[in-house]
Amino acid sequence: MGVDNYKLAMWTFLGSECFFFGSLIGTYMSYRGKSLTGPYPLDVFDPAVTSISTFDLLASSLFMVLAVHYAKAGEINKMLGWVAATMVGGLIFLGFQYYEFSHFVHEGLTLKSNLFGATFYVLTGFHGTHVAVGVLLLGSLAWSAKRGHLANIGETTEVIGLYWHFVDVVWIVIFTLVYLLEYT
Amino acid sequence: MATPAAVPHTHEAGHSASPSGLWSWLTTVDHKRIGILYGLSALAFFVLGGVEGLIIRSQLSVPNNDLVSAPFYNALFTMHGTTMIFLGVMPLSAAFFNYMIPLQIGARDVVFPRLNAFSYWLFLFGAFVLNVPFLIQPFTAGLDPSSTLAPLIRVIPDGGWFGYATLTGKEFSPYLSIDFWVAGLQILGIASMAAGFNFIVTIFNMRAPGMTMLRMPVFTWMTLVVQFLVVLSFPCITVALILLLMDRLFGTHFYIPSAGGDPLLWQHLFWLFGHPEVYILILPAMGIVSEVLPVFSRKPLFGAPFVIFSGITIGLLGFGVWAHHMFTTGLGAAADAAFSVTTMLIAIPTGVKIFNWIFTLWGGQIRLTTSMLFALGFVGMFTMGGLSGIMHSSPPVDLQQQDSYFVVAHFHYVLFGGAIFGLFSGIYYWFPKMSGRFLDETWGKIIFALVLGGFNLTFFPMHFVGAWGMPRRIYTYDEGMGWDQVNLLETIGAFTLAFGVLLFLISFFRSMRNGAKAGANPWDAATLEWITTSPPAVHNFDKTPMVYSDRPVWEKSHGPGPGYSLPEGEEHIHLPPPSIKPLIGAVGVGMFLTSFVALNLSILALGMTALGLALIFYSFYTWFLEPGH
Repeated sequence: MGVDNYKLAMWTFLGSECFFFGSLIGTYMSYRGKSLTGPYPLDVFDPAVTSISTFDLLASSLFMVLAVHYAKAGEINKMLGWVAATMVGGLIFLGFQYYEFSHFVHEGLTLKSNLFGATFYVLTGFHGTHVAVGVLLLGSLAWSAKRGHLANIGETTEVIGLYWHFVDVVWIVIFTLVYLLEYT
Repeated sequence: MATPAAVPHTHEAGHSASPSGLWSWLTTVDHKRIGILYGLSALAFFVLGGVEGLIIRSQLSVPNNDLVSAPFYNALFTMHGTTMIFLGVMPLSAAFFNYMIPLQIGARDVVFPRLNAFSYWLFLFGAFVLNVPFLIQPFTAGLDPSSTLAPLIRVIPDGGWFGYATLTGKEFSPYLSIDFWVAGLQILGIASMAAGFNFIVTIFNMRAPGMTMLRMPVFTWMTLVVQFLVVLSFPCITVALILLLMDRLFGTHFYIPSAGGDPLLWQHLFWLFGHPEVYILILPAMGIVSEVLPVFSRKPLFGAPFVIFSGITIGLLGFGVWAHHMFTTGLGAAADAAFSVTTMLIAIPTGVKIFNWIFTLWGGQIRLTTSMLFALGFVGMFTMGGLSGIMHSSPPVDLQQQDSYFVVAHFHYVLFGGAIFGLFSGIYYWFPKMSGRFLDETWGKIIFALVLGGFNLTFFPMHFVGAWGMPRRIYTYDEGMGWDQVNLLETIGAFTLAFGVLLFLISFFRSMRNGAKAGANPWDAATLEWITTSPPAVHNFDKTPMVYSDRPVWEKSHGPGPGYSLPEGEEHIHLPPPSIKPLIGAVGVGMFLTSFVALNLSILALGMTALGLALIFYSFYTWFLEPGH
């Protein structure tokens, strides 16, 4: 009947996550430009680097779509390949984030320096944590699909896919409001 | 009288036999047992919160009293509020969600039984985190303030249940008290949200065939609305608490004005959660009363769809009124006007409900059982709380009433006169289903009289003393302010109320053993939980009913329609086996969050955080691989 239990649970969870990220993004936006001391966003941002990592995360969403497609088609080997590609996409994104964070800290932006530092690290840090959890979910999915633990691989892959796309969409909002808005 | 439609008989060995022993409770995934655990825990914490309230009232009974110190008084009102809201009313509602929702929709359990157990254990862990400080503080209060353990000197949460910035910051609260509060609330939040996802999917997907959305019992409907409020509003306080934790642990300045931070950010995030929370507390009681009034009037609920849609409207509007808690912060005329209007708007669906309840009584064959008395008490007391609420929806009026005892009177009328009266009505109504026995009705009427009288004696005079200018949260006051007699009267009322609750507890445990036996449907009620035996078998229903009406059980025995029918032939019953994984997972999550807030204190906390994380991974992965679910 209706929507699959796990899928409905995931949709509800993502609804909850909207309010979670909504609160974090709202906090970022309400403190935007309120920092009393530097470094300010334009002192540290490198839009080219972040654009590449954004493109990478978007591409991983495409891989996720393909993984879901092959999972539903019952072609498990292809599905596993695309799940692996999605995971690599997520890991590359996390690598970029690590690079960006350490670069920013080197430039003098820490949690303590100003409101920009605090809001930026907390918002993007929680987003990064969500990506990491997604990579873990995908790894668990691949592992249990290979072991034959899953009753309905297509449905499970789709549910995890929903999460992955959500995290991706949140990044698009963050990239727009946190980064691109500085260059308007 | 309706006869028990389900004759208990076993399909598969072991299904009807109820396992016993401590281990069976620790590993239970049965929604009925989890409901009982929630209920008993909630009653225990309700008593604890009540004792805190009584100490507060004793301290305030005479002017210049020194029964408790000012700092301890702060801890008392903080923990009284936190306990009553998060450990009393919410879990008591959760007890009914757990026990009754699967029964009301004709299901064998919730959709994710282990997640349900996880929610309960996590709730219990959070409750301990909030209350263990009471046991620690006597031993740490004398520590040397210059030692590294100085943060342990004050550990009982004492920043108010609303925990306003900047009071909760490191500068003004250098002790662990706030950290315990943050950890406890985060844990309770995760527990509530996990339960929320579970119940939303359960209500949408597990309904018996034929039970369309508008054939669902009103209590199930209100539960559904509440779960949406929970999963959408708790993330806001989660973020608010994370930011507070960042300020306290890692030196950020989210709420610190000297570095550009804005304490009002806390108030916005907190009340974005806090106002929906008010409806999280009251809507379950509204659902209960909407079940009880029709049954004891022997009439259908008047305009049931309007009651349901009013509940939904209240839930939606509940997200648009948060700043009425902040009129005195100077948000500006436009914001004040907007939030004043939305606040007044919410009185409309609430008023619709009240009139529907009254019209349900109109012309009915009213039976004044204790459950019915509490339901009627709910309608009266909640209306009074609602009326004072409309008064301070007007900013100029609110500016006078803010932080005075008038507000204390208001929210006790809604939360005690409303939520608790409704929950008591539910206890008297469903106790026969849950135990197979009636609660004593004679005692019940005495208890109702004491509770109603004591409640009004305690809280009605607060309207006046508040209007005369007595502020909230003061630990004492001078004589000659004109408040002396009123405060003494209130304290007498509080003890009368407490005596009523004490009698209730005695009656509750006595009736559990030797109350009069109740049949399957002792009240001649209308909803599906009453076709099961009292108490229900482990698998609830031998056969999944087919539902034709919003009052299936009533129509089956009184017409005009068939109400419900049971399918021919045997039915395969699958029940999930017990599991200890939810308990381990809850300990992991609880340990992780609790040690995290103490990271700065000791390297031990870091180890505990890692151990908690390991437990989370271990339990979730083995949980996932457990067979038979």
